[in-house]
Amino acid sequence: MRGYIIRRLFESALILLGITLVTFILLYLVPADPARQIAGRSATAETVQNIRDQLGLNDPFFVQYARYLGNLFQGDMGRSYLQRAEVSELIAARLPASLMLMVAAIVTELIMGLTIGVVAALRRNKFADHSLMIFSFVSISAPQFVIGILLLYVFAVQLGWFPIGGYGTPAHFVLPAVTLGFLGAGWYSRMMRSSMIDVLAQDFVRTARAKGLSKGRIILRHVMPNAILPIIAMIGIDIGLFMSGIVVVESVFGWPGIGQLAWQAIQRVDIPVIMGVTMVSATAIVMGNLLADLVAPLIDPRIKTK
Amino acid sequence: MSVIDPPAVARRGRARKVAAVLGELMRRPRAAFGLIVIAIMAIAAVFAPWLMPHDPFEQSFDGLTLAGAPLPPGGEFPLGTDLLGRDLASRLILGTRTSLIIGVLANGIAVILGAGVGITAGYFGGWIGAILMRFTDLMMAFPALLLAIVLAAIFQPSLLIVALVIAMVNWVQMARVIYTETRSLAEREFIQVQRSIGSGTLRVLGSHLLPHLLSSIVVFGTLGISTTVLLEATLSYLGVGVQPPTPSWGNIIFENQTYFSTAPWLVFFPGAAIVLLALAFNLVGDALRDILDPTLKGRH
Repeated sequence: MRGYIIRRLFESALILLGITLVTFILLYLVPADPARQIAGRSATAETVQNIRDQLGLNDPFFVQYARYLGNLFQGDMGRSYLQRAEVSELIAARLPASLMLMVAAIVTELIMGLTIGVVAALRRNKFADHSLMIFSFVSISAPQFVIGILLLYVFAVQLGWFPIGGYGTPAHFVLPAVTLGFLGAGWYSRMMRSSMIDVLAQDFVRTARAKGLSKGRIILRHVMPNAILPIIAMIGIDIGLFMSGIVVVESVFGWPGIGQLAWQAIQRVDIPVIMGVTMVSATAIVMGNLLADLVAPLIDPRIKTK
Repeated sequence: MSVIDPPAVARRGRARKVAAVLGELMRRPRAAFGLIVIAIMAIAAVFAPWLMPHDPFEQSFDGLTLAGAPLPPGGEFPLGTDLLGRDLASRLILGTRTSLIIGVLANGIAVILGAGVGITAGYFGGWIGAILMRFTDLMMAFPALLLAIVLAAIFQPSLLIVALVIAMVNWVQMARVIYTETRSLAEREFIQVQRSIGSGTLRVLGSHLLPHLLSSIVVFGTLGISTTVLLEATLSYLGVGVQPPTPSWGNIIFENQTYFSTAPWLVFFPGAAIVLLALAFNLVGDALRDILDPTLKGRH
């Protein structure tokens, strides 16, 4: 097991290194000239040239990349071109809002997904099962901006139950969390349903039934804990979905997180910030996958860690 | 499936199999619904010029109220008008074209790329395989939407560029699935036999390996169209996808979203169209997986 963990950690580090390179190449290719943007429209060619020199934009690609990596290893992600701040400060200021939103979304998707999955499995092939599965198909087929805008229209504009956007009170969390968790709820409900069906078909459930345990007790004490375990192992993988989701959800709800930061940076070609958010997101995704891989063998010893 | 199929028999057998799969799909209510939706959308896309009630680009004089607000559904404009007084129904019908073109094109490229990478890495293995699969792992860890947005921002988005960007993001899943399958197939006797009697690599891949991968390619190719449709809509909603005035369901919402509280139909109808098309491909893909993957038989 220890060898496995070390190997996976090493692989994850390599993946992150690869991502710095790919992102750096992509952003190097962006046709916009950052120096021109910093200098403003009325700047002389000389000023622009000076800024280019200062930022080291005239250096060859690999010199720039090596410098970036060197700084990154010292925890320095550079300065924003357009805001007077370090990228790490900008991200640190925005990260809590995004993390809290993600936690709220995980709670939402688990509550929705597991409930739907359990009910569907218990009513297998009955009307409730069919309708719930259609619902879960719809939820994995609906783009987040559509869900977000519709929820805003119904629950904020028409009913006035929740604020239209912004951040601060628990009420602000509900609509963005549901929007972000909606997609995951669809996946979880389908996984939970088939996981429940698998467990229900196993011998120990028949034994429990033969012992005369009540149906409710069998479901709650014997079936559900076993059915939930393989699903818990999947939570790490959600991080990838969330990292894409927050860009949209934060822009719909005006949520001051790193998704919004990334989106603003992309629109204004603030390259250090785009790099920074990409690296933070990629790190989160890699860690999530790593966590999922490490948790899976603990939950199910049949999975080999070779 | 026999071990070595003479091609002619195989071809006739395949045609019969396609018919059988289609028949099986139509017997399942969800998949049948999906197929019908796809058929209707395809007809709308092909015959758009004849189906549109108005010119989708015309900013009609009576398309706005006296106060300059968009018209609600009903009357001359069946689904209402947008901010510029253009007929929403016509724009949605033309938008079907955008969605399907990008869905088929982007997904086609992603399938070819993903299957190509997966087969190459799985069949040849060695350092080529290692490099390709490490690259696939790397792409898996990339925040997909950020990557797509950055790519779209680098290149001026045209229909083809948007399709390429989406393909660059979406090939990864296919590559992983095909890689795993190719690896286990490459070990099997019927492939080993072909290799040992000296059949050319292309022949082994094309005539003997590919037919066995077809099920997965069809299943994940179908599900992939749904992902593609959603990604295109999201990029266009953010303003980095299909550019107005070319209508796409995503950019219709992008253009009109500031009015959503007073003119919700401008979000509701295009939103419903996106969900319906993505749902249709998901339903069909899911049923195909059920039908084509024998290991899943009878489980659900």
